[in-house]
Amino acid sequence: MSYEDIHFSKEELSRYDRHIIIPDFGFEAQKKLKASKVLVIGSGGLGSPALLYLAAAGVGTIGIVDFDVVDDSNLQRQVLFGVDEIGKPKVEAAKKRLESLNPYIDIKIYNQQLTSQNALEIIREYDVVADGTDNFPTRYLVNDACVLLGKPNVYASIFQFEGQVSVFNYINREGELGPNYRDLYPTPPPPGLVPSCAEGGVLGVLPGIIGSLQALEVIKVITGVGETLSGRFFIFDALNFEPRTFKIKRNPANPVNGENPTIKQLIDYELFCGVKAVEKPIKEITAKELYDLQVRGEDIQVIDVREPHEYEIANIGGELIPLATVSANADKIDRSKKVIVHCKMGGRSAKAVRELEEKFGFTNLYNLKGGILGWIDEVQPELTKY
Amino acid sequence: MATIIIPTPLRKFTNNTARLNIQAGNVKGVVEELTLNFPDLKKHLLDDQGNIRSFVNVFVGDEDIRNLQQENTLIKEETVISIVPAIAGGLA
Repeated sequence: MSYEDIHFSKEELSRYDRHIIIPDFGFEAQKKLKASKVLVIGSGGLGSPALLYLAAAGVGTIGIVDFDVVDDSNLQRQVLFGVDEIGKPKVEAAKKRLESLNPYIDIKIYNQQLTSQNALEIIREYDVVADGTDNFPTRYLVNDACVLLGKPNVYASIFQFEGQVSVFNYINREGELGPNYRDLYPTPPPPGLVPSCAEGGVLGVLPGIIGSLQALEVIKVITGVGETLSGRFFIFDALNFEPRTFKIKRNPANPVNGENPTIKQLIDYELFCGVKAVEKPIKEITAKELYDLQVRGEDIQVIDVREPHEYEIANIGGELIPLATVSANADKIDRSKKVIVHCKMGGRSAKAVRELEEKFGFTNLYNLKGGILGWIDEVQPELTKY
Repeated sequence: MATIIIPTPLRKFTNNTARLNIQAGNVKGVVEELTLNFPDLKKHLLDDQGNIRSFVNVFVGDEDIRNLQQENTLIKEETVISIVPAIAGGLA
């Protein structure tokens, strides 16, 4: 709905009176707020004040993504919640609190973790995103999803006594697109080098300050009032009371929207941030490809790394060498022809291939994709599935 | 001497000192002098090749050194240098 078509009830007009009477804000900005849809990712330290102010200000639709439950250690800073909500899902407690604050707005909740699988679908429905998450993988996920969908991302982050705020992926009045998180920080710190708030702590009032600034920037992005922090990076040192604002620019090497983008869809952000160990890729073969090799009569060896009782249920005639014994039986594995290694689904056989490659330098091993279950689906449906 | 502002997460490596005065001609010199005085800072600021880590931003005044002459950016007496590492807290 266009903001021009927005109407207010008598109660709403009374509620928003102190906005409407600001000369540079007025009725028009208030209408834009009511027409807008804002997604707040994380309803904790930053999300609490941001959500309270956005709801109070009259943002028409607010989405909240969080999969956590309220814990008593949250109450030191997460002012959305009270003692009665301990143990309840944060999104439900937040919805209840915000609806009691402003019954004239819609609150949509997503009691789930934002992932590469659901991020685009969720974010697509909104005009502006406010990122208040607590880890690097989600920061990069939110950033990339916003860039791919063309949504402005109001970013805020805190640690101990330090806060950061910026507006990413924002198109200004001149039509120029501003920088995003990857322009500011191309890669995340390796795990362990920078502690999280859960380990390093945070002064409770700091997210109150920074989350309120985040709400301020969301309101400016929606209404077009004032100058947003797009192209600027604000940091606040609560210890010395030193605010600083730096200039930031788009980086032509940005992998998502630089000159030669290499990221065109969401990736595995835990892998990108080093949270998951990077495993060397191994060679694979599909059940259909293996079948073709057999039909052609190619000389191959098939190794089955499952356990004997599994072999009894179903097998494809491979030599049984259970995973735990592959190193001890390495001399039984041929080096002169293709060797197909399989298990039930492909996990154990991948381990076996890695172990044999690393310890004995094999270069002729292929992991059967999907294991014997894949083979049954694609080639031999008469075998027993288990 | 130029002033360098240490971010709060890294102050534990500088005896809780927030501002340091360092005599150097460019950013590279400042970082070298800094890590010489506070060796524990080194792994937080520099990678194994000795380059400033990509999650540590260095600003000279209000400009990112990536938009100036990187580590060769010249420093004047009155220059204020800010080190700003990525932080990710918010929700927890």
